[in-house]
Amino acid sequence: MNQTVTVSEQALYQYLLRLADSSLTMGQRLAEWCGHGPYLEEDVALTNVSLDAIGHAQMFYQQAAALTSNEKSADDLAFLRDAHEYRNPIITELPRGDFAYTTLKQYFIDAFNLYLFTGLQNSNNETLALSARKALMEVKYHLKRSEAWVERLALSTETAQLKIQKALDDLWFYTPELFEVDEDMQGLINAAVIPDYDEIKQNWRQLVEKHLNACELKLPESGWVATGGLAGEHSEHLGYLLAEMQFLPRAYPGCEW
Amino acid sequence: MTASDKQLNLATIEKILAAVKDPEIPVISIRDLGILQGVEITGDAVVVKIIPTYSGCPAMYAIQSDIKNALAAHHITAVKVMLVDDPIWTTDMISKKGRAAMQAYGIAPPLDVGQKTIKCPQCQSENTQCISEFGSTACKALYRCEDCLEPFDYFKCHA
Ligand SMILES: [Zn+2]
Repeated sequence: MNQTVTVSEQALYQYLLRLADSSLTMGQRLAEWCGHGPYLEEDVALTNVSLDAIGHAQMFYQQAAALTSNEKSADDLAFLRDAHEYRNPIITELPRGDFAYTTLKQYFIDAFNLYLFTGLQNSNNETLALSARKALMEVKYHLKRSEAWVERLALSTETAQLKIQKALDDLWFYTPELFEVDEDMQGLINAAVIPDYDEIKQNWRQLVEKHLNACELKLPESGWVATGGLAGEHSEHLGYLLAEMQFLPRAYPGCEW
Repeated sequence: MTASDKQLNLATIEKILAAVKDPEIPVISIRDLGILQGVEITGDAVVVKIIPTYSGCPAMYAIQSDIKNALAAHHITAVKVMLVDDPIWTTDMISKKGRAAMQAYGIAPPLDVGQKTIKCPQCQSENTQCISEFGSTACKALYRCEDCLEPFDYFKCHA
């Protein structure tokens, strides 16, 4: 990191990476559905959501890159950092799984992004607030879709019910990590640069539990609670994701077409 | 360059840019779509400001090169296309002319204020149904008319 970056700028830089890495890993996982969707329309929908997510990542990487006095570009940040430097929560790097698993994972993240970007709209960092306003319009649409699909799967055939209940059992304990806050983030919260994550968590739980209840899905009682992403500690899956995503720019630096 | 030269050039440039179409809906110009936000002559260069539609819209790259190509065809080569993030694009920025062109092309334009149902661009029926939230591009959803049974693209509201 550039030495001229002050402490609060350093915190902002790390936070922008948290946002960007989350969107990029999610976008990359969704892009894997290209050509594998259950049918054409959903194939197109999943990859369009992927494009939006990658677009959001680009906005946040650009803001982070601007804090490095242009020593690094947005592409450098996306393609030349290793797994231990990535700051996304583990849920966004998990393999895509089956359609029920992807759908529920998206629903959890879309609902989180709804409250996150709603809060970030009021950031006293104007660039960040503007990006949040733009992203929010898209996230609302993503949520509408994933919410409807959770219901559709949960209240349909026995197979679909089994699959989405299994997805819930597997994914539920990855969700608390979405709301984790470290010391740097706490400083940004106190400075009104980012919203209060406790409030996001309360709103999220209320919305999600109500919907899962209406969908007759049962929350698992116990499980391993994921943590570590903020500190760069990830699951083994992130390495494979980055290997595929970063291969080309690393093998052919500066390659364009 | 004198002030009157500047005026003349700006008018010519605006005219050239008015003919640049959206690559995904080739009947609507980038001005009518609302993404052309300004043209300036700064020093020797033409600066064109555009705003992105959807965060993930891959057409933004094509639009940037289409603008450069259109001006280059008139021997204007010192061109800088800037992608700016303020203001934020919404579908309210699409002009009346743009909406009409869309409709005639077979794409239902975004719901207008007070409008509740999406009309089939083929037979004008209001008996339509959403098939998928995403259509052929990020900005469109896929609908079907329950009267004439034609599927059609609906340009989603983004606001
Ligand atoms: Zn019709």
